[in-house]
Order: sequence, then C-alpha cells, then structure tokens
Amino acid sequence: MEILNLEGTEDTPKIILDKANGIFEISGRSLPEDSAEFYQPVLDWLEAYAQSPNPKSEFVFKLEYFNTASSKLILDVLSKLEDISGASVNWYFHEDDEDMEEAGEEFSELVEVDFEFNIY
Amino acid sequence: MYDLHKSMREQNLILVYEGEFTQEITKSVLAMAERNMDSMGEESSTKRKVFNVMVECLQNIVKHGEGYKIGENIDYDAVFMIGKKDDEYVITSGNPLNKSDVNKLKGKLDQVNSLDKDGLKQLYKEIIKNTTISEKGGAGLGFVDMARKSGRQLEYDFITIDDERSFFSLKTTISRN
Repeated sequence: MEILNLEGTEDTPKIILDKANGIFEISGRSLPEDSAEFYQPVLDWLEAYAQSPNPKSEFVFKLEYFNTASSKLILDVLSKLEDISGASVNWYFHEDDEDMEEAGEEFSELVEVDFEFNIY
Repeated sequence: MYDLHKSMREQNLILVYEGEFTQEITKSVLAMAERNMDSMGEESSTKRKVFNVMVECLQNIVKHGEGYKIGENIDYDAVFMIGKKDDEYVITSGNPLNKSDVNKLKGKLDQVNSLDKDGLKQLYKEIIKNTTISEKGGAGLGFVDMARKSGRQLEYDFITIDDERSFFSLKTTISRN
C-alpha cells in the first residue's frame, strides 16, 4: 500500500500513514481553510487500509491545536478506525493542555475505539 | 495618527486589523498575536485559549462575512482586534452580513449563552455527532467552542447598515491565569 505522507504547514498537520512500517501519525496544527478537502485523502487511505490491515495499528494523534471544522473531520477519521480490526488510538497532549486532554476524552466517548492517553 | 495611537493605548489594544479577510490574512494575524504573547511571556494555557478563539473568530469572518454597497462599490471589509488588560484578553470582531442571517445567528448565540459548562459540552457532542461540513466549510461549532474556551458569555450586537445588511459585533473574553 502506498504511503501517505503530508508535510506539516502552519495551518495543516503533518500526516504519515505507512502500513509497511506500521506508522500512523497525525501531529501539529490543523486549521485549514477547507478541512473536508484536506482530510479526504486520509479518509480514502483508511478506507483502503481497512480492507487488509496489519494485525495491530496504533494511530498516534499528537495535535497542538485544531479548529472546530477540523474537529468534525478528526471525528470522521476516528470513525473510520472503528472499521479497522486491531486499531487503537494513542492521544497525546501537553502536560498543561487540559483542553486537548478533554478533547481526546470527548472523542473517545463518541467512537468505539480504544484510547490511550499520553503526555508529551 | 497620534490620536489613533493614543486611543489604541488607552484601550490596551495589542492588535487591530481592518480590511479584507482571507485564510492568508488569518495566518498572518495569528502569527503576529502569537509573537506578541510570546514576547510578553504569556502563560501557554492562556495563549492557547486566545489562539483558539482568534481562529474561530477570523475563520467565521472569512466564511460568512458579506459585502455591502457603499455607493457603487461593494465593501467586504471587516474588523478584528485584541485588547490585553491586567486580568484578561478581549477578542472583538465586526463584520457585515445579510439581514436574513441575523435571527439564526442570534438564536445560536442566545442558546450558547444560556448554557453552563456541562450544557456546552453536551451541545458540542450533539453537534459534532450530527453535523456535516457546510458549503462554506464550517461545522457549526464555532460559537460553542468559543464559549467553552472563554468560560463566559459571548457579547454581541447587530446594527443595521442598510435594507439588506447588518453589522455584527462579537466580543469574547479570556481570563489570564
């Protein structure tokens, strides 16, 4: 499967989805002008990956900031993980960033995927 | 110019932008405000909340601001500013919009202002579960998020510009820790 690798910018996150190396990571800032358009390749990739996933896939979310339009798309991404057997989420937040911690908790209540919370 | 300078000083304004609003301008305004807060050694949790409210505010204008006619010209200009006081930041924006949108917007703001912390959390989850991204690219979560980050009511008013347009002002306050 092809690797999806997007360099982070000041308003879009860095994204690596790499089946062969088992790396699945979204990090940085997400406030693109068109969040639906930006996340479409990610949703497409996950849909294809769900057809033959690795036995275990740990999706790392290390977000510094995301806007509300991105939050809807992040929920869409997390919902796709429900269809991937062996998928789990590793949600990272800064030690003093209660809002990011709470955001992760809220997402974990909205989808049927295992979440692990970590400080970075 | 000196009067404007004095007035900005008196109101503790650290940043004022008036003009056209785009994603590129949003990024520039954010970068300036961030640098300003960094140089003043602002607490990172306060900085994040201010940043958060700024993004929603600026992107609301990019997505929903409407032009209005001044003589033969259409003017799309809006205004955005940040004031910094001893104990709080005040983020204010103003933009023209269609009069037909006023009631809907007022309804959303009044709903958000009627809710406490838990009520806002419930509303946020309700909207995010059921919403789809609109044609304009919004999720319908902006005001809810701004109120959650602020912890206070969102102050607003609408002033009639002409038969078709009103001017919408919105003020959000973030306490400094």
